[in-house]
Amino acid sequence: MALPITRDTGISRYLQLDAPHVKDFELVNDQNETPSDLLRKAKVLVIGAGGLGCEILKNLAMSGFNDIHVIDMDTIDISNLNRQFLFRKDDVGKPKAEVAAAFIKRRSPQVNITPHFKRIQEMSEDFYLSFTLIVCGLDSIEARRWINALICGLVEERGFEGFKPIVDGGTEGLRGNARVILPTVNACLDCGLDLYGKKTAYPICTIANTPRLPEHCIEWASVLEWPRVFPDKKLDGDSPDDINWVVEKASARAAEFNIGQISYSLAQGVVKNIIPAIASTNAIVAAVCTNEALKIVTTCNPLLDNYMFYSGLEGAYMFSFPYERNPDCLVCGKKEGALTLPATSTLEELITALKESPVFQLKAPTLTLGEAKLYFQNPRELEALTRPNLAKSIGSLFDSGSILTVTDPTLTTSLSVVVTFTPAKQ
Amino acid sequence: MLKLWNQKKTEAEAQRGKQRVQPSKIRLQKDLGELERDDNTDIVFDNVEDQTRFTVVYRPPAELYVGGEFRFSFEVSDSYPHEPPKVLCLQKIYHPNIDTMGHVCLNILREDWNPVLNIQAVIFGLQMLFMAPTPDDPLNVDAAQNMHDDLALFKRNIATSMRGGTINDTTYDYVLADQQNEARGRQQRH
Repeated sequence: MALPITRDTGISRYLQLDAPHVKDFELVNDQNETPSDLLRKAKVLVIGAGGLGCEILKNLAMSGFNDIHVIDMDTIDISNLNRQFLFRKDDVGKPKAEVAAAFIKRRSPQVNITPHFKRIQEMSEDFYLSFTLIVCGLDSIEARRWINALICGLVEERGFEGFKPIVDGGTEGLRGNARVILPTVNACLDCGLDLYGKKTAYPICTIANTPRLPEHCIEWASVLEWPRVFPDKKLDGDSPDDINWVVEKASARAAEFNIGQISYSLAQGVVKNIIPAIASTNAIVAAVCTNEALKIVTTCNPLLDNYMFYSGLEGAYMFSFPYERNPDCLVCGKKEGALTLPATSTLEELITALKESPVFQLKAPTLTLGEAKLYFQNPRELEALTRPNLAKSIGSLFDSGSILTVTDPTLTTSLSVVVTFTPAKQ
Repeated sequence: MLKLWNQKKTEAEAQRGKQRVQPSKIRLQKDLGELERDDNTDIVFDNVEDQTRFTVVYRPPAELYVGGEFRFSFEVSDSYPHEPPKVLCLQKIYHPNIDTMGHVCLNILREDWNPVLNIQAVIFGLQMLFMAPTPDDPLNVDAAQNMHDDLALFKRNIATSMRGGTINDTTYDYVLADQQNEARGRQQRH
């Protein structure tokens, strides 16, 4: 008798293969769940419903994932339609997350897909805790750093319950990369922050006086002229009126300095710092990301360890390597210490302990607890503001077991110090 | 999943609660806590709860701009130190490398920014601009031309501009370090 053909027939056959790693998996799975069960149960969050996001959503739905959430704060722009294939012309102006989810739902009605037309910063910790893993298709380093810091923090706070692998993809023209981040196990995003290139910036005096490139003229119009002419209005890169104004001003300047033509798309590209996107590079990177997501939830095969780089600039080149953790990483760095003091000690005594202890040997520590300032060595205003804390008992400032963030000239970045109170003497 | 987690050898560190802070803020804590004490430079916060916005007030101790008090707004984003702080001069001043809108021509604020640089480096850079303005990279072309052609005239113009005078149809802000200026600084802040 032939089995009924279902959406996950293909992937189930693959997952039922008697592969060596599937056997490994059975050893650690005490609830007798098969890889297919885990795939059906997995709840995955896709961050970004743009060029990468559309591909990732399609791939996840086609690979048998059943519970997909997608979050994106953007609305659809006409320039997205060439590659963000879940959107049509009528969708321009609508939220990306909602239109993408509706498209996937039409194509694969069995998939539970939930859109969130929100900024990632608006969602609660419990929201992020509810997922099995997170796949990011973002175009912003700021958003990547935010989610990375949150997820690394969840692990430190909650152990395995807070352990959410992140699969992160990124593209730039014909180049792209994908990485698997197992928070606090391997390199996090901030460990490799210096891998990201710098934003193109031109010397402001060149822009102001000696332009040589069309880009210089556009920056002159957008950075110098716009705030002069419209002091109370921010330049909106998505507003055709605003960009046309920039094109007009920049063209006049380009003519004056005998520089080439200024097109609308060049002007918008410079103003919005648009990185050129190529549909097939997105497809390549999204495919790698989705396969890693599949492997993470089913453990059917070993994972990417942990950084994949693709370049189509000269031929087709792909390489993967284990990016190492940075011991001085601001987010997942392992620089930790512990200090035990009576609750009645003053903050000043705590600082003296940090300076005199052979373990720490700090010179001039600045201390915070979360967003709260405990003591700043500098500048004067913050020192004066926090100086009264020096005489206060640490028991009145925080609880036993609190983790202070300590910075000091002797440290490359920062140090987390756990302060435990000794029981008071009778 | 459990297998991935088991790669982790030290479980102990996962037990504790920690208040999360954005990495840009930790880096800013380090930068601010380690600023050098300098009687000619003050850091003033618009709101002490928010370390990401502040004003650097600099009184050049010598050279062309002695006697003046110059204010620069600093804005540090969550992308810091991947991206430089945004710095603007809050006063309209007569300086070859600062335009009348407050833009500052300092390489480390734009094309030569590097994450190993810090707030102190930017402050040094600003101080340097007052010790040694350069007519070669002008933002205020008029001032640069004066400096290049006639240093004595340039010095007189600086003195005039710092008292709130007018040079070539441009009226500059009063920036002398005295009570009148202090009152204005307070106004700017509130």
